[in-house]
Amino acid sequence: MTLDFIVLALLTIITAATPLVFAAMGELITEKSGVLNLGVEGMMLTGAVTGFASVFFFESAIVACIAAMLAGTLTALLFAFLVLTLQASQVATGLALTIFGVGLSALLGQNMVGIAYEGLPTLSIPYLTELPIVGKLLFGQDFLVYLSLALPFLVAWFLYRTRAGLILRAVGDSHDAAHAIGYPVIRIRYCATLFGGAMAGLAGAYLSLVYSPMWVENMTAGRGWIALALVVFATWRPWRLFLGAYLFGGITILQLHAQAVGINIASQFMSMLPYIITIVVLVLISRDRNKIKLNAPACIGKPFHPAA
Amino acid sequence: MIRLERRSESSRAMTYLSPILALVLTLLAGIALFSAMGVSPSAALYTFFVEPVTTVYGLTELGVKATPLILIGVALSIGFRCNVWNIGAEGQLTLGAIFGSAVALYFYEVEGFWLLPLMLVAGIIGGMAWAAIPALLRTRFNSSEILTSLMLTYVATLLLSYLVHGPFRDPDGYNFPESRIFHDSAILPIIFDGSRLHLGFALALLVVVAGWILISRSLIGFQLRVMGNAPAAGNYAGFSQKAMIWLSLMLGGGAAGLAGVIEVSGPIGQLLPQISPGYGFTAIIVAFVGRLHPVGVLFAGLLMALSYLGGENAQINLNLPLAVTGVFQGMLLFLLLACDVLIHYRIRFGKRSAIS
Amino acid sequence: MTQQVPLLNLTGITKAFPGCVANDDIDLIIQPGEIHALLGENGAGKSTLVKIIYGILKADKGTIEWNGEQVSIDNPSIARQLGIAMVFQHFSLFDALTVVENIALGMENSVDLTELEKRILEISTNYGLPLDPKRHVYTLSVGERQRIEIIRCLLQSPRLLVMDEPTSVLTPQEVEKLFATLRRLSTEGVSILYISHKLDEIRVLCQTATILRLGKRVSDADPRKETARSLAAMMMGKELQSPARPPKVTHVDKARLEVKDLSLEAIDDFGVDLKNVALHVNAGEILGIAGVAGNGQNELLDALSGERSCDSSNSITMDGNPCATLAPDARRRLGFGCVPEERLGHGAVPDMSLAENTYLTAYAQMNLTNNGMIQTAARDEFSDRIIREYRVKCTDRQASAASLSGGNLQKFIVGREILQNPGVLVVSQPTWGVDAGAAAAIQEALIALAENGSAVLVISQDLDELMQISNRICAICAGVVSESIPTEQATVEQIGLLMGGATNQASVL
Repeated sequence: MTLDFIVLALLTIITAATPLVFAAMGELITEKSGVLNLGVEGMMLTGAVTGFASVFFFESAIVACIAAMLAGTLTALLFAFLVLTLQASQVATGLALTIFGVGLSALLGQNMVGIAYEGLPTLSIPYLTELPIVGKLLFGQDFLVYLSLALPFLVAWFLYRTRAGLILRAVGDSHDAAHAIGYPVIRIRYCATLFGGAMAGLAGAYLSLVYSPMWVENMTAGRGWIALALVVFATWRPWRLFLGAYLFGGITILQLHAQAVGINIASQFMSMLPYIITIVVLVLISRDRNKIKLNAPACIGKPFHPAA
Repeated sequence: MIRLERRSESSRAMTYLSPILALVLTLLAGIALFSAMGVSPSAALYTFFVEPVTTVYGLTELGVKATPLILIGVALSIGFRCNVWNIGAEGQLTLGAIFGSAVALYFYEVEGFWLLPLMLVAGIIGGMAWAAIPALLRTRFNSSEILTSLMLTYVATLLLSYLVHGPFRDPDGYNFPESRIFHDSAILPIIFDGSRLHLGFALALLVVVAGWILISRSLIGFQLRVMGNAPAAGNYAGFSQKAMIWLSLMLGGGAAGLAGVIEVSGPIGQLLPQISPGYGFTAIIVAFVGRLHPVGVLFAGLLMALSYLGGENAQINLNLPLAVTGVFQGMLLFLLLACDVLIHYRIRFGKRSAIS
Repeated sequence: MTQQVPLLNLTGITKAFPGCVANDDIDLIIQPGEIHALLGENGAGKSTLVKIIYGILKADKGTIEWNGEQVSIDNPSIARQLGIAMVFQHFSLFDALTVVENIALGMENSVDLTELEKRILEISTNYGLPLDPKRHVYTLSVGERQRIEIIRCLLQSPRLLVMDEPTSVLTPQEVEKLFATLRRLSTEGVSILYISHKLDEIRVLCQTATILRLGKRVSDADPRKETARSLAAMMMGKELQSPARPPKVTHVDKARLEVKDLSLEAIDDFGVDLKNVALHVNAGEILGIAGVAGNGQNELLDALSGERSCDSSNSITMDGNPCATLAPDARRRLGFGCVPEERLGHGAVPDMSLAENTYLTAYAQMNLTNNGMIQTAARDEFSDRIIREYRVKCTDRQASAASLSGGNLQKFIVGREILQNPGVLVVSQPTWGVDAGAAAAIQEALIALAENGSAVLVISQDLDELMQISNRICAICAGVVSESIPTEQATVEQIGLLMGGATNQASVL
């Protein structure tokens, strides 16, 4: 095994982990406020198709990412309106959002199948990026990767160091108490849900602009659901979530590079790995009821309707 | 400002009106969608929702498409009532098809009346086995069946892909990823001459009746409903939550498995890499639109089957993408959930007024 | 007496909800430094009125003057800016957060948490309210939780402190300490609006009382000059009914329910472990278990009802049958009945009809099931009988459980259990949040059941109620059940000490 191979593997891990970091971190904030949005997959797909279309339309990667975030936010708004204003079931509405997102993105993307994109521009610092081994890894990534690296810092700081973060956690822990003290529960949950949508949209854009980079129907291939599982796996903590996402990235390289290392298993079985691992880690975490109960936002999934 | 005012008693009328209202709103949204796509809305709606059922053959096709939707929808609605969110019916359907096909291929060219029943039973067992995994993980390890059953759907699809590329591939099939075409004994009998409407449709109707009796008349159905509504009250009454979770998932898995084997031994006639256009997911919509009631599911299943036929028809006649079907289905579920607010709340417009 | 400007002056406050007028033209004046009682039965409109004062609800009509100036209190934040602080009956606390985080959330502005911690310790030593700011709320007792609320209020240096039923969660000894704190605040010039339906407390604590009945203000009184009886008459609008009395024990020493060496671990860190519980209830008697909420009552009920199975089947016997490992329905077949504390969602399914809720516990022993199918005619007949005999006010058996008032639903549940003729009945908080009429009917029914030879176990936080209807009383504290004391020999102080953790009579006497 050569050094080049290791560098290649690490690059693959980063690429595989980054969309999960975005989507799961957004969902973490949403869930911390007490809202369970099962529509991550649908929001990611909408973001992916919007980002891909925008990058050709606006000819700017940044604008494309913003457009994808907006698209994710819009779908999240739809979800938020249903569950927060109209009090619809969060589970059912989340499923609806996924089904809708799958259909909508397929419809919007029908004319884009088969087009390729050259990928996002990467950082290039004279000398640094050219350094052997670490150069490409540390100083040669695109801006989304750097953003995803900053995200756990930002989210952890927000949740545990700011008053707004404290209020968000409070709303997720007991909406009745938060309401009694005078916090606008519904408005806070709207904000958290929309943030989750924006992040899911960005995660989708990363898939269609960097990971593939092209538009394919259903290209998320369950990553939205894996992001949901990651939030549970991380027991709602941003740093564990970040680590979890990179663990999953690690599994992906197994899948891609197994042949190179000389493992001879049908490709389908290698492709099953991420899904099976997701189930395994979910089981490992969930079996400790105490841990889940101590860490899960107590109000998650429960509708809030202020008594008159 | 929109304001919600809780009704003192949930409205029974709205329970039934809500799907109709949602359907009307979906059609309105459809008009907007078609206009935006530059297609005449009236022509599009006609092609989509009327034309497919203007012929007898169209009606029988409706039955063919509705069969898996009704089968799975009835079982899922029973589980949803108990808050067991089995959203992996698509995977269970796939396993049902695999198990059924395995029997058909093992007894290839063997004639016998017993083969078809054996295949159906194998399909049911396959679906149940796949659903048993989330059931076990939920009851034993407290893992969310939503995530596990969905992950298993991806696994099932890959497993099917492996089988049709490998062990189940037709040895005389020029390396196409397909199984042998089933022989006559392994094909469901047609119940309406000149059509593809098969015995499976009759089975689906039977399941509707059985589901109805189970949910509304039996102690087990009562237990399911109590567990879904108020688990603490269920424990207090002495009902077992674990038993209800197992029951829900076994019913869902069994029905989906049956639907899977019916698809391969009915309209398809062999095992292919893709055997369902997402029936397992659409059945979730069917269950909700059918008000989680078996009879409602029957109608909702026919409606969703129509959206599949309409989508295909619109693709042929109007050159519309097949994805429109998915958008319609998603929109209907969204709007239905929105309209359901009227069951528990009255909508009031304007600021809260003083009561004198 | 000089004409003072009142601190708070409410005139003509009216608030209606769909189906009822909660507050009807209410006036209320609170002077600076006064401890003012707001007295009334459940459902009299007390909570609605204080929510209006604290800005959680908005009155339909009426004016609020603060220090002589008309104000509009649109939300709790405005109330706090004026100097109004409130301790809720159901605490507005966040279990997953620490004490200091909880308090920070109640402050108007962003605060430095280390700074806040110091101030919390300062107040906590000043007023004798011990509290560790770093602990998570879920690890605290109910009394400690109330201290968080009080300290949160005191940090804002309030002019008016509103306390909604603060003593219902405290032992008698803790109540004394609370009153000392409140009196001290009053001498420092803080007004206190004290909401309660406990007459004796109001007589020893408050200087003025405003009495509400069915949403209307019926009168003002000086509680120190009234008797408990006269206050009660004002509160209920009629002479007090003769108090309930314990059943006359006719069957001697035949234990129908016996619990020995019952230990049960809590499901998670939020619960309480039961430790070596031993008790027995004889035929024809009522045993009362007093205790502050959250001391293992729920776990004890779960163990008795069968909602949680115990390790050894001998730890609970019913008429000599070991049953600690049986499921709830199996225990019911042995003649066991149970009324849990939560009516909606535990004792009854909110969205189901009364007929279906009848079936919920009566399906097996009342022959309402045949070959796995529901016998609707028999079920409906039985539910009609419950509604008739227990005077449940409802449209008919098709009414959903959620549509009934608390008192009516409780009568329905108690009736459902008693009409199945249980040999042993366990009841938790039988009259919690129930109006006086329904409470009396429920107590009568429990006494009648015992007099017919059944054994009745009542778990209640309402010590007065237990003193009235039980033959013997014991207390539960931190999952340990004390020895019992015959009611006629028991004093409130004794039971109070047991509730605080003293385990036997010897240490109490």
